[in-house]
Amino acid sequence: MTTVDERPAGFENNDHKPVGHGRMLRKEDPRFIRGKGRYVDDVQLPGMLHCAILRSPVAHARIVSIDTTAAEAHPKVKAVVTGAALTELGLAWMPTLSGDVQAVLATDKVRFQGQEVAFVVAEDRYAARDALELIDVEYDVLDPVIDVRRALEPGAPVIRDDLDGKTDNHIFDWETGDEAATEAVFASADVVVSEDIVYPRVHPAPMETCGCVADYDRIDGRLTLWSTSQAPHAHRTLYAIVAGLPEHKIRVISPDIGGGFGGKVPIYPGYVCAIVGSIVTGKPVKWMEDRSENLTSTGFARDYIMRGEIAATRDGKILAVRTNVLADHGAFNGVAAPVKYPAGFFGVFTGSYDLQAAHCKMTAVYTNKAPGGVAYACSFRITEAVYLIERIVDCLAYELQMDPVELRIKNFIQPDQFPYRTKTGWLYDSGDYEPTMRKALEIAGYDELRREQAERRACGELMGIGVSFFTEAVGAGPRKDMDILGLGMADGCELRVHPTGKAVVRLSVQTQGQGHETTFAQIVAEEIGIPPADIDVVHGDTDQTPFGLGTYGSRSTPVSGAAAALVARKVRDKARLIASAMLEVSVADLEWQKGAFHVKGDPAKSVTIQEIAMRAHGAGDLPEGVEGGLEAQICYNPENLTYPHGAYICVVDIDPGTAQVKVRRFVAVDDCGTRINPMIIEGQVHRGLTDGVGMALMEMIAFDEDGNCLGGSLMDYLIPTALEVPDWETGFTVTPSPHHPIGAKGVGESATVGSPPAIVNAVVDALKPFGIRHADMPLTPSRVWDAMRGVPRPPV
Amino acid sequence: MQVTMTVNGEEVTREVEGRLLLVHFLRDHLGLTGTHWGCDTSNCGTCVVWLDGEPVKSCTVLAAMAGGHEVRTVEDLERDGELDPVQRGFMECHGLQCGFCTPGMMMTARALLDRNPDPSEEEIREAISGQICRCTGYATIVRSVRWAAAHEANAGGAA
Repeated sequence: MTTVDERPAGFENNDHKPVGHGRMLRKEDPRFIRGKGRYVDDVQLPGMLHCAILRSPVAHARIVSIDTTAAEAHPKVKAVVTGAALTELGLAWMPTLSGDVQAVLATDKVRFQGQEVAFVVAEDRYAARDALELIDVEYDVLDPVIDVRRALEPGAPVIRDDLDGKTDNHIFDWETGDEAATEAVFASADVVVSEDIVYPRVHPAPMETCGCVADYDRIDGRLTLWSTSQAPHAHRTLYAIVAGLPEHKIRVISPDIGGGFGGKVPIYPGYVCAIVGSIVTGKPVKWMEDRSENLTSTGFARDYIMRGEIAATRDGKILAVRTNVLADHGAFNGVAAPVKYPAGFFGVFTGSYDLQAAHCKMTAVYTNKAPGGVAYACSFRITEAVYLIERIVDCLAYELQMDPVELRIKNFIQPDQFPYRTKTGWLYDSGDYEPTMRKALEIAGYDELRREQAERRACGELMGIGVSFFTEAVGAGPRKDMDILGLGMADGCELRVHPTGKAVVRLSVQTQGQGHETTFAQIVAEEIGIPPADIDVVHGDTDQTPFGLGTYGSRSTPVSGAAAALVARKVRDKARLIASAMLEVSVADLEWQKGAFHVKGDPAKSVTIQEIAMRAHGAGDLPEGVEGGLEAQICYNPENLTYPHGAYICVVDIDPGTAQVKVRRFVAVDDCGTRINPMIIEGQVHRGLTDGVGMALMEMIAFDEDGNCLGGSLMDYLIPTALEVPDWETGFTVTPSPHHPIGAKGVGESATVGSPPAIVNAVVDALKPFGIRHADMPLTPSRVWDAMRGVPRPPV
Repeated sequence: MQVTMTVNGEEVTREVEGRLLLVHFLRDHLGLTGTHWGCDTSNCGTCVVWLDGEPVKSCTVLAAMAGGHEVRTVEDLERDGELDPVQRGFMECHGLQCGFCTPGMMMTARALLDRNPDPSEEEIREAISGQICRCTGYATIVRSVRWAAAHEANAGGAA
């Protein structure tokens, strides 16, 4: 239930447009600011037990034996389950979202440090942890594959010997674009620039870790699962397939979620363990991973080693781009992306530029590291794509001794070229790039910054100015092309208007902080004229909402937002028929103005949506063929993705004595088409910019040569605090999408995608006096120090 | 062992294990789930509560250590149906998104304003620097605290 507080007197009301688009305070906040949010770990059920998971201490080993006797004898332990026990239930392995399988509990080997080996169900969470200590596992340690560059060497240990006939660590080869055409352009180009560019492994690390409460009712065979899920409907279907439970007997509830960022899209072994624990014990079972489990076992992000090449004329016309990518997918291919897109949407690596040719070749391999790959607000790998193009364009600017802004503007796709088909086949819906760039330059005071930089350089100070310009592809997606495990990426939406004119809208997507309860009320309000405060948004419960694929890849507004607008229009169409009867005029004589139908030429004669709602449910005749009630349901299949864009400018200062990078300013100008709630949009942008500072300067999940994870706690995996980030400066332009009913585009991941190259470009720009053209993330003091001494080193 | 402490103005006594963390005592034993748990290492600050008026990370305090002391949690910020200006500031300035770090941030902010009614941006950033937010990028949290400071000043400095 959502409620909005009464505003005390003198409390500014900035809800200037209570009906429709605009800055409006969030409907979900009153519960959060009182500590009354309801997250998974807040769920307490009578008789509830607690699950804890024993994990592998090593990266690669054969399991010789597991002795659970002592754990089972613990007075508070109710069950101890190993891979062998799960094998008997047919649940030891589960499908991943990419057509691979992943061990729920290891049966034969462990394949990464932190992999699930056994679980305990006990009366409280402390006892469950105690019992883990009593399980004795004997491992026969094997050589691990940690260096991704050596994964395909002959003689490399074969990680996935569970797969029939597997004799190497190869997962897939993938390519896009035209290799021959690209080679031809490169062969005759004036200038070719190449660079090895690494996007290190990082982790979304939401403040709330993953977890669930599984409650299996043995009598009616019904499973209720409170779960940290970004995709409750898809999860329900997968549980039905994996566990063989009838789908109508499964209810997945995603209550309040403490951040997701893609890390809560996959199904993790822990969820399955809790379900099995509940089935075995007949009691509700809670599993909440701790922070180390979160960082070492659940979905990592990135881990692409890229060779980027760009071809151009001497005067700076970019002709072609190509890249060769080595992708580290970890021990199981658990990438959460549409099935036909094994590299996600990396194919948009051509960026915002009008090219003659482009080509990408990619090889993905297994290593003895945790699975994952698509997470951390990456828009299905567009983070990697945008980083590659925006870094290599800066390398070209360096070689041509051109201003990076001038080079970009010279090569932008022009407004009259939209919709624009890229050389890798993507249809950019709309864009007007130069005004967005100019706005960022104006806010930043770019020319003045360059003057200041010249002065500071003359004094030996290290100041850098970095620019990036991105185009994203978000809102997956058209069901003819896009599905996850056979489930089309369309989204349902249902709208009911009650007799008194209050409404409830039910979504198939699920907020993890994005403010759906507000934004979706605003979308419906705009279409049907009921104030947002009178519209309740229901989401995150498969028993309460229509089917759909969930929230990730910035798809909520592009897909579900479109569904909300269209379902409201469907209700409005019906309301129009009822209004014509009420006003005794033909439908053609009615005009809609927010909230009411008016008789053309006689505006005083009108009926409000609330009056129509009462009539729709009330006594008396309705027009012929019109059923009672005022509600509708649709399933929206997007015709295309939406393509937001943005221009980012970062200013950094580097301490020459310590090599510490300080982000002094960051200007972000975003164009996400029609804007619904600017406050929420700015919040999303701020979040992504902070991700960018983290990835560019601090964050990395590294491993030692034995496969020990070196980023397994928040003491080792450094996330920006308030001291590492500046006060963000934001602006916007508006280029509506022609492929969305209200012209909106996704924005949730834009800044995570667009900011890392701006920051790295700024650092490299600051280091220009040292002759540096590229340095890899994370640009920690030690790595910047090495770069300043002419020995920049890749992070892996 | 038996532990007695004052939580949000009320004395509570419970039988607990000596190793029980204060955060679990508050959440699991008293049902005060507004205080969250987010890491094992005192880095994230989602568990911040007051102990005798000082913000502490309740994942690093044993319930037993709080015996005989006063604990204040987010549930006590609203008093007699009146929201604390900090709570209003967070709503007004979009100082939260997923809401998970919010209780800890607000408890630290309240403590800061009690000590320093007109903190600068830098002082606010310093005060919350032991806590992590993955959603807001901190700027709106800073604005939220400034909003609270301004509105307390207008109200004659009442907390």
